Formats: sequence, C-alpha cells, structure tokens
Amino acid sequence: MELFINQVLAGIATGAIYACMALAVVMIYQAIDHLNFAQGEMAMFSTFIAWQLMQWGVPYWWAFLITLVFSFAGGIVIERMLFKPLAKAPVLTNVAGFIALFAIVNSVAGLTWDFTIKPFPTPFGSSPFLGSQLISTHQAGMIGVTVGLLILLYLFFQFTRIGLAMRAAAALPESARLVGINTSWMIALGWGMASAIGAIAGILIAPVVFLEPNMMGGVLIYGFAAAVLGGLTSPLGAVVGGFLVGVFENLAGTYIPGVGNELKLPIALALIITVLVLKPAGLFGRPIVKRV
Amino acid sequence: MSAVDKVASEAPPVEAVPKRSMTLGTGASLLMLALLIIGPMFVKNFIVFQLTMLLIYALAVLALNILTGGSGQFSLGQSAFYAVGAYTSAILMEHFGVNYALTLPVAGLICFGFGFLFGQPALRLSGIYLALATFALAVAMPQLLKLGVFEHWTGGVQGLVVTKPDAPFGLPISQDRWLYYFTLTIAIGIYIASVNLLKSRSGRAFMAIRDNEIAASAMGVDVALYKTLAFGVSAGITGVAGGLGAIAVQFVAPDGYTITLAISLFLGMVVGGVGWLPGSIVGSAFIIFVPNIAEGISKGLSGAVFGVLLFLVIFLVPHGARQVAIVAQQMLGKLTKG
Amino acid sequence: MRFIQLRLGAFSAAVAMLAATSSGALAQKKYDTGASDTEIKIGNIMPYSGPASAYGVIGKTEEAYFKKINAEGGINGRKINFISYDDAYSPPKTVEQARKLVESDEVLFIFNPLGTPPNSAIQKYLNSKKVPQLFVATGATKWNDPKDFPWTMGWQPNYQSETQIYAKYILKEKPNAKIGVLYQNDDYGKDYLKGLKDGLGAKAASMIVMEESYEVSQPTIDSHIVKLKSSGADVFMNITTPKFAAQAIKKNMEIGWKPLHFLNNVSASIGSVMKPAGFENGQDIISSAYLKDTSDPQWKNDAGMKAFDEFLTKYFPEGNRIDASVMYGYTVAQGLVHVLKACGDNLTRENVMKQAASIKDLELGGLLPGIKVNTSATDFAPISQVQLIRFKGETWERFGEILGADATN
Repeated sequence: MELFINQVLAGIATGAIYACMALAVVMIYQAIDHLNFAQGEMAMFSTFIAWQLMQWGVPYWWAFLITLVFSFAGGIVIERMLFKPLAKAPVLTNVAGFIALFAIVNSVAGLTWDFTIKPFPTPFGSSPFLGSQLISTHQAGMIGVTVGLLILLYLFFQFTRIGLAMRAAAALPESARLVGINTSWMIALGWGMASAIGAIAGILIAPVVFLEPNMMGGVLIYGFAAAVLGGLTSPLGAVVGGFLVGVFENLAGTYIPGVGNELKLPIALALIITVLVLKPAGLFGRPIVKRV
Repeated sequence: MSAVDKVASEAPPVEAVPKRSMTLGTGASLLMLALLIIGPMFVKNFIVFQLTMLLIYALAVLALNILTGGSGQFSLGQSAFYAVGAYTSAILMEHFGVNYALTLPVAGLICFGFGFLFGQPALRLSGIYLALATFALAVAMPQLLKLGVFEHWTGGVQGLVVTKPDAPFGLPISQDRWLYYFTLTIAIGIYIASVNLLKSRSGRAFMAIRDNEIAASAMGVDVALYKTLAFGVSAGITGVAGGLGAIAVQFVAPDGYTITLAISLFLGMVVGGVGWLPGSIVGSAFIIFVPNIAEGISKGLSGAVFGVLLFLVIFLVPHGARQVAIVAQQMLGKLTKG
Repeated sequence: MRFIQLRLGAFSAAVAMLAATSSGALAQKKYDTGASDTEIKIGNIMPYSGPASAYGVIGKTEEAYFKKINAEGGINGRKINFISYDDAYSPPKTVEQARKLVESDEVLFIFNPLGTPPNSAIQKYLNSKKVPQLFVATGATKWNDPKDFPWTMGWQPNYQSETQIYAKYILKEKPNAKIGVLYQNDDYGKDYLKGLKDGLGAKAASMIVMEESYEVSQPTIDSHIVKLKSSGADVFMNITTPKFAAQAIKKNMEIGWKPLHFLNNVSASIGSVMKPAGFENGQDIISSAYLKDTSDPQWKNDAGMKAFDEFLTKYFPEGNRIDASVMYGYTVAQGLVHVLKACGDNLTRENVMKQAASIKDLELGGLLPGIKVNTSATDFAPISQVQLIRFKGETWERFGEILGADATN
C-alpha cells in the first residue's frame, strides 16, 4: 500500500511536468487547429535563454520576465516569417514545416550551449513538501503555477473578447473573418502565447530533468498524449490528462508483471488510445460534428 | 454548451488529387525506367548501394502515399511496419535458412495482417488522434523488439546480422548490382500494382473516403472495410520494403527503426507530393541525400541546415514534386502547341 | 624508338610494382588505398545529429587534434586527412557512410566510429573488405575478438568487466548486500547488467533484489527510484547516462535513500554529472575510472592535463573542457597517432592492424597514472585497466590498486 501511495504521489509530481507542457499544446491547438511538433524545442530554447541571462547575472525573476517577453515575440516572429507564407499550403506541408523548425532549433541550441546537462535554479526550493519526501516544494510550486495558468487561460478564452475571437478564428476562419476578426493576427497571437506558456513549462521542468538540448523530446510526447487524452480543446482536460498520464504510467510500470517496467510508455499510450476509441474527443473535449 | 458547438466544414486535410494525375505519362515513365535500368551499370558499387536504398525508401514512401494520398488516413507509424518486415526477413534468413527472395512475400503478408488489425481500432480515430495512435505504435516498436521474451529470435538490443545474397546462376555481377536489379524488379511490380489498385474499384472507394467519408458511406462504400484495407496494403508494401532494407543493409537492430524513420518517410511523402505516386522516388531521394548535403555544408549545424533546406523546398513547392511535374507538363504542352 | 621507350617504361613500372609487393627489403614505402607520400586518409562516423548527438563532440575533438598534428608537421611528414560523417546513430545510415568512406573517399581505415549498434552494422562489411575498424567508441565486450574479426579493435575498458569489478568489491565488502539495479534499456545497459550478474556468480539471483530499466525517451526516472527504495535495497547499481545519473543522485537525496551507491564510469564526470547533481548529494559514490577527470582539482598541476589545456586553447577553443567526451576524443586520437607513427612508411591496412596490435605499455597524458595501453595479436582490448574511485568533497579519490579488467569469465 505504501508503494502504491508513493507511486501515485511520484506520478502526480511527474504528471505536473506533462500537464505544464500539455497546456502549451492546447494553447497552440486553439490557435491554429493543429499540433506544433517543434513546441518542445521552442520551450527548450526559451529555457536556455533564461539560463543564459542568469549566467550573465540577471536575477531569477527578471530573467523569467525577459524570457517570457522574448518567447512571446519569438513565437510571433516565427509565425509571421515561416508559417504565414504556408497558410495556403496543405496541412501536411505545415507539419513538415514544424519538423524543419524542430531540426533547426535543436541543432542551433546544441551548437550554442552544447549537450552537457546544466542545473537550473528553482524559486521554490527543493525541500520536502508538507512532510512528504516524494513531492518537493518545487514540484508543489509547479503544480500551483500550472493550476494558476489553467485558470488564467480559462478566463482568457471564456471571458475576454480576444480569447473568444481567437477560438473563432481557429475553429471557423471564414465565419470569423465575416464578423470582422483579423484571423491572421489571431494566429500570430496564438503562437506568441503558446510560445510563452511553453517557456514557463520549460523553466519549471528544467530544475527536475536538467537543462540540455534534448530535454523536451520525451516531455513533448507525454504532453501531446496528455492533451489528447484530456481533449485538445480543453485546458482543464490537458491538466487532468497530464496528471492521469503520470499516475497511469507509474502504476503500469509497478503493477503489470513482466513487461510493465520495460513497456511503461507503450502501455500508457495504448491506454490513451483505448480511451480515445471509446471517447474520440478525449475526456473533456467537445465532440466534433461533421457537416456534409 | 451544445454538442453541435463546433462544426467542421473546412476542406478535408488531404486535398483531392484526381486519379489521372496520380501517375506519370507513358513517355515519362519509360524514360524513368530506362534511367533506372541503365544508370547503375556505370557507377561504383557504393552508389549502386545508395540507389538500392533509394528504391527501398521509395517503396516505403509509396506505401504511405497509398494510405494518406489514397484513403486520407495519416500515419506516423510506418517505421513499425518497416521494422516488422525487416525482422521477418532477417529472422527467416538467419534462423530458418529461408531463401532471401522467399522471405519478402512472407514479410509482406505478415505486415498486411498486422496493418489490417491495427486499422480496426484506428477506424474510430481520425486526424490528430490517428496520428497519435500511429505514433504510439512507432514508439512502442523498438521497445517491443528489445523485449527479453523475443531475444532469442530478434537478437535483442544487439540486433541480427544478415547475410547478403550472391547473384544467382553464377551471373558475373557484384552482390550490390544484383540486389539493385532485384529490388528494381520488385519496386516496378509494386508500383504498377499500386497504380492499378488506385484505378480499380477499391481505389475509387479509397478516394471517395478521402474526399468525403460521409458521402462515400451514403453511396454504399463499406468505409470500415476499405479504410482497414488501405492500412493493410500500405503496411504490406512497407513490410516488403523493410525486408529489402534488411537484406541491403545486412543488419537489423531496434535503433534502425525509431520514430525518426517514420518522420523521414512522412517528409519524403510531402516533398514528393501527397497522393502523387511517382513523387515517392523524389521524396526518397530527399530523405537520403539532403542530410548528406546538409552535413557537407556544416557538421555542427547539420540539423539546422537540413531544416532550412526543407523550409526552402516547402516554400517553393508546397505541393511537392507533383507541383513541379504539373508546371513542367504545362510548359511542355505550350511548347508543343507553339 | 618510341615503342621501345614505352616498353621500357612499362617494364620499369612492372619492376616497381614487383618491388612494392615483395616484402620490405627493396622498397621502403608501402601504401594501401588512402595513404600516400603526403597524406593519410582516415574515415570516421559520429552521431552529429539525432538522439546521441551529445557524443558528436568526440569527432570534433579528434578533428581538432589532427589539426594540431598537421600544424606540427604531420606524422612522418604526412598530413592527416580526417573525414568524419554523420550517421545520426541509425545503423542503416552507418552502413551507407562506411561504404562511402571505403569505396568513394577511399580511406585507409575507419577510426573510432561510435555506438554498439552502428558498429555491429558495419563490422562484417569492414572485415570482409579487410579495412581496419580501429578503436571503436563503445564498451561492448564483443570487439575483442581477433579470431573472428581480425580487422576490428576496441579501445576503452569494456562495460561487463567494470560491473564485474563492482561485483567483486560487493562480495568482499558487503557479502549480504541487497542490490537494486537501474539500467538503460539498450545494449550498453544490458552489457553492464550481465557483467554484474557474471561477477556475482551463483549469488546473483539472491543478491539482486530488483532490476529496473528505463528508456532514453523518458523525461525522468523518479518513479524507478521510488520503486527501488521500496525494495529495501541497500546497494544501488546506477547504470545510467549522465542526465539520468544526475537525476538519480539528486532524487536519492530528496527521498532520503542512502544506499551504497555505485555509478558507472560512463557518468563518472565531475563537471557534467556530480556538479549539476550537487556535490553534497554525491558524497561517497563509488565508481571507476581510466581517464583523468578534467574538473578534478587534483590534476591542476599535472603535466598531461596542462598539455590537454594547451591543446584546447590553441586548437579547440569552442570545446567544453568539463565534457568528459572531449578528454575521451583527445586520448583516443593520441592513441591513433602513436599507432600511425609506429607504422613508419609502411602504411598498409595490414600493418596498421599489426602496429595497433603491438602496443606495449603506452602511457598517455589523459590516462590515470599507472594505467597503460596494451595490445597483442590475441588481445584486442587496448585499455583494460581501471581504478576504483570514491567521491569526496569535490574530487574523486582513487583507492585500491589498478585493476585489470580483462579477467572475464
């Protein structure tokens, strides 16, 4: 029983990482209606910017703030320069563009900062949280920030004009244009916000997994899985999905005899697919109805 | 919040390609064939080997093209089928002493079955969800191959070394050249069969599903059957390619069949033109040679150079090699008229 | 007349060829493809891109080192032409690049290609072509097999022998240990695990209480550590690559698990593992080493380390000196230069292998004092000695004698 509780707690702590990334995934999906494979790499790059600033002596919170602004602007610039010209191209061509972006960002980061791991500071400290050694104060802080972000995003999409406009632009671009929404800039704004959320995710994840150019590869897989499980249209779903994936995975690894340990990730993914087969829009997603 | 909150009325993710433009004209086809037959006679063995790999990856890209360009289903899991084909051939050759040529149909059949079965749950998924499901397959495959249970057969993490076949009947050509012509024969066979498949009743059913699933169903197309069939055919062809790959490379190991391979094949399809079968060979050339070019330009930044080159290609021709072919055809048409 | 001249010319060419093929006495210089009076062409394959790109720096270090050798006049007057290609750690690509090097670039031999699967993929090909596959960059045991693969030679101490040494230590110092193992689920992790089991012998089944494997794609290994702790193990065998090693060291401290901790040599680096993990978390960890750790203060005034630093400043300023791979590449390149010097003017593939297989007590600046490179016609494992080390303060303390790692069973 103790092992069970420990694994659940460890799963929640790891799940916070996935949840964070899943939020960024949902953000970009809301803006452009598909997934950005380079998102993890962009987050990694942002985290390196924060790290570099701190190396130069910038205090943590200033570095955090500058990185957010940089990432927001960077996201918009990338969209304007690289993906706006592809707006008319087929979706699959856009996906190829994401893969190209992935390769570029990863390679540039590798050359600039090389591949040795770097410790990344945390503002929350890493002592045991509430007497439990399984969740550190950093991980608790991470969960707190994730939930905070979730609330902000919910409010943004539900109650601000711009949030509503962004959703409209992604879901029904033509109708949105008819009611006077500048859909093109909505997409750019979505890129900026997704990039900034990714930066927060990276900065929160780095103290746990250490900073290096390949740090987000695995995280992104889990982030996607979490977002899809929760329903790509729902920030709440993404966060819940993140925690579920974290716990699922640990329990599968601990309790499925024989192959459980070696096949943790495939089992977790298989479970998600099973959920999707039963509930194709994810746990919290809205069903999509097709018009013929 | 009503259930009809979001109505997807935008165009299908894969644009409709009329079936006539899915192939190449007779003249162009014959020219290409002549090049493929005569070219390798005059080059070094190493280049013959590269050309063999070109054909093998072209087959795998073609398989993805049938699935995506033909039936509108998206897959990031082709590396898994490729791996199953490769291991089938390798295990049959090394453990059972089966002739290499005979292992290929087995690899194809096993992969067809595997793909057909995988197509069943995939039926309920589309778009991004299907991408994730196939992606999961690609991620799981190398881990499955490493499992201790299969280690006796697969060689586990160490992989299996495969013997390269000699030319039969004492033909005086090198192993590489023989394997090239062997691969070429199979590739041409599969290409012709694929073109015919897409022109057949089944092919029309595929395309009807791609263009509008609900309408196709209303017209009496058995959507479930044809969707899983497309998966099966695609997996089968990929399996044959995998088997050929194992023979050409003489080695199989889990590290050779990671998600990177699936992504490469996907890029090959986009660069070649989604739904345009002859583009497969252009796409294959892209994924084999462009990384080499990128590395030649800068070693430290080879990934970045590759990315930039890829961006250049999709900026210039977002519809891939098909676009180039169409433009060329129009220009040629004008010339002959003028 | 012209006819006769031509014939004469042909005749003298034939004599020259005869001389070249007959054994040494007549002609001083002998060459195979890839070597000439002015240069020696060396091929190399590294994962500059892809999942193992962290190791690409080895190839870059070697390139820089050969630049230094060339700047200093080359080897016996010949310049090294180092051609290094990227295989992204994918065996099919390795085969393509190896064939390109051998058949298109026509190199004399292939030096230090990285990774077990890539090397396995090209071993048969290179041996059938009789092209040396020299000093491969992997610690698998199978490279020391001169009988079946006379053209393949390893370099570093093999993985299995390392865990065998730990096993011996455990049997002696802690015979009732309960061992928990965390290993990477690939060739490298499984080799280490096998060595541990072989070393423990019959007691392996009872002593190893838990084996946990992880995949490189996993973001963290926290869950495994939690599980290992709950197994009640009091010895932790940490078979992980640097990132996961640092995570494990840190996590152990966070959850208050304090077993006797063995860390594999792959991650025994102060700069890239112990420091990021936190010095206070890594105290008393036991590992083994054959190279000097560049971040270790004890080598501050060491002659070998000074030469290394000079090389870095002059020829490889962009290299990160705390990265253990840089020291690795530097040392193996030195080993190669030794072999090529020994070849003299006889630069045939056969002689390269012969000289590589007759290294006697070679000491290199980067190796720990007392550790020597030795090979023979039956021993294709150049470095097979290590020393146990224990982390104290901010440095590795060496203890015990130099251990021969060749004692495989």
